[in-house]
Amino acid sequence: MASTGMKAGPDLTEAFCSPVSRPPSAWQKNFDVAFKYVAYAFGGGVVLLLGGVVFEVMRHAKTAIADYGFKFLTTSTWDANRADFGILPEILGTLYTSILALGIGGFLGITVALVLSQGFVPRKVELAMKNVIELLAAIPSVVYGLWGIFVLIPLVRGPAGWLNEHFESIPFFSTRLSGPGILPAALVLSIMILPTVTAISREAMAAVPKRLAAAAYGLGATRWEVIFNVTLPTSAGGIFGALVLGFGRALGETMALAMLVGNANVFGLSLFSPGNTLAALLANHFPEAGTVEVGALMYAALVLMLITLAVNALGSWIMLHTTRELKGLG
Amino acid sequence: MAHAASNSQEIPTRQVSFHKSLAERRTFMNTALTVLALLFSFIAMFPLFSVLYMLLVRGATQLSLSLFTELTPGAGMEGGGIGNAIVGTLVVVVIATVLALPLGFMGAVYLAEYGGETKLAVLVRFCGKVLTGLPSILAGVFAYAMVVVTTGSFSAFAGGAAMAVLMVPTVMLTAESALRAVPSKMKMAAFGMGATRAQVVTKIVIPTAIPGILTGVMLALARAMGETAPLLFTALFSDYWFGGELLKPIASLSVLIYNFAGSPFEHQIALAWAASLVLVTIVLVLNVIAQIATRRPEEH
Repeated sequence: MASTGMKAGPDLTEAFCSPVSRPPSAWQKNFDVAFKYVAYAFGGGVVLLLGGVVFEVMRHAKTAIADYGFKFLTTSTWDANRADFGILPEILGTLYTSILALGIGGFLGITVALVLSQGFVPRKVELAMKNVIELLAAIPSVVYGLWGIFVLIPLVRGPAGWLNEHFESIPFFSTRLSGPGILPAALVLSIMILPTVTAISREAMAAVPKRLAAAAYGLGATRWEVIFNVTLPTSAGGIFGALVLGFGRALGETMALAMLVGNANVFGLSLFSPGNTLAALLANHFPEAGTVEVGALMYAALVLMLITLAVNALGSWIMLHTTRELKGLG
Repeated sequence: MAHAASNSQEIPTRQVSFHKSLAERRTFMNTALTVLALLFSFIAMFPLFSVLYMLLVRGATQLSLSLFTELTPGAGMEGGGIGNAIVGTLVVVVIATVLALPLGFMGAVYLAEYGGETKLAVLVRFCGKVLTGLPSILAGVFAYAMVVVTTGSFSAFAGGAAMAVLMVPTVMLTAESALRAVPSKMKMAAFGMGATRAQVVTKIVIPTAIPGILTGVMLALARAMGETAPLLFTALFSDYWFGGELLKPIASLSVLIYNFAGSPFEHQIALAWAASLVLVTIVLVLNVIAQIATRRPEEH
């Protein structure tokens, strides 16, 4: 294109003709366009996948919603023979175990995140601990279930019996732990959400600008005064987001609960009584369910999906906003 | 200094001690809290060591050749192994990978190379994040509704489809960040040579990002392999070898552990521990490979 009047320069026409650099052929142009559309299609495919999950569950739950309506959420029988279904104990059990797990796992998770981010231990130990916590997340939940049955339940049976004997009047200790129950389920659940809480809140703590902490140290604050007055308040948003996301994980966790919670269609405040959760209900009833029961299970699945999606969306929203705020600080 | 000061006017000074004494309340609190925090961190890590210890004590004692080559024993029977479950897990995971890889991988190519920050890209990324938080049992419910109800039977394919739903977001989000990490200099050089966008992506970006993409696949595989909930009512279980039929129920390690954990027979419980050891070993090896693969680029 620039060949006229550029006699002094090198002959570019030859370069354009070389096999290394030349305009794309027709096939290459078509491939370019086709590749683009394929990429768009698969991108849209991910949206369709989520839409498909939501739609399929709704479609199969439709008849059950029409049949049982709102009563489904407020009654507590599960009788496939009489086609009488209600999931109140499961909803309460899901929330109860998740809140307990959030209390234990959240506390431990934030503590570990502090230890990993505030220079308590040498770098190498920090890295090793971080890997251990990550491996904690890698263990399949069914293995935690097995461990819960054969290690955790025998371990907590003693203390649980003692609490029941001496403090029976407190509703949390009002029954005996006969085997599976709320407490072992919540303990395993807290182990499972700990890595999530640790990873996300550690990131939030690491994002606190160093000079804020340095300023507090300069005023003579001790390490824990810095943590309580600078680090934690500044990263509070991120930590809260971590807790919400951990809560979302706990709500949907299935296997450890199906194996440890006892699958009793009742709800009680006692930590040692058996209970049930939505996910455990699905796991236990789906394999052998007939058509009518499948409809009710789909309704339960829809309830579980709405709860977890709402909690997860809230968590992601909080994370998005706090990272923006922290950027403003730095 | 002291000499100079003695001549001038006396300046009132307060004794400031930089010596930390535990007798002082603040320093005592500080030390006490540090000890507590380290103690709690140890408690948090205890379950992992306890699980690994139990796997070695109860699982490793079961290891033998027949464990890997024989079928699961029926109730109350002795002998047997977990061979069909190992094969079954591999079959289901292969099906899941075949289904999930194209969607996750091309979705990532879209996000990193074409989407940018457009509305569709933001939506795709959001859907990916929501899918990461989807309870695994709901993936099973989806596969049940889509495959089991349609074909009329529990099947290996349904199990693979359920797992694929769980793998897609992990593959996509890790592949996206791997693709984005490719230096733009390399892309610009290729564009400067007159390459089309598709050529740049297929010949420069993807080959450079392959280690990162494989890491994501590995992590997704490790996660999927340990999943039980989506297989319970999709793949179900089978006491026989996989015979090449994708539309029949199939055994898997994770469902075996679940079924045998509640068994009244000592031998089946022992097999559940052995299966856990095998499963955890595979999962941890995949995780360690993925960690090594991601660490390498940082060292450059």
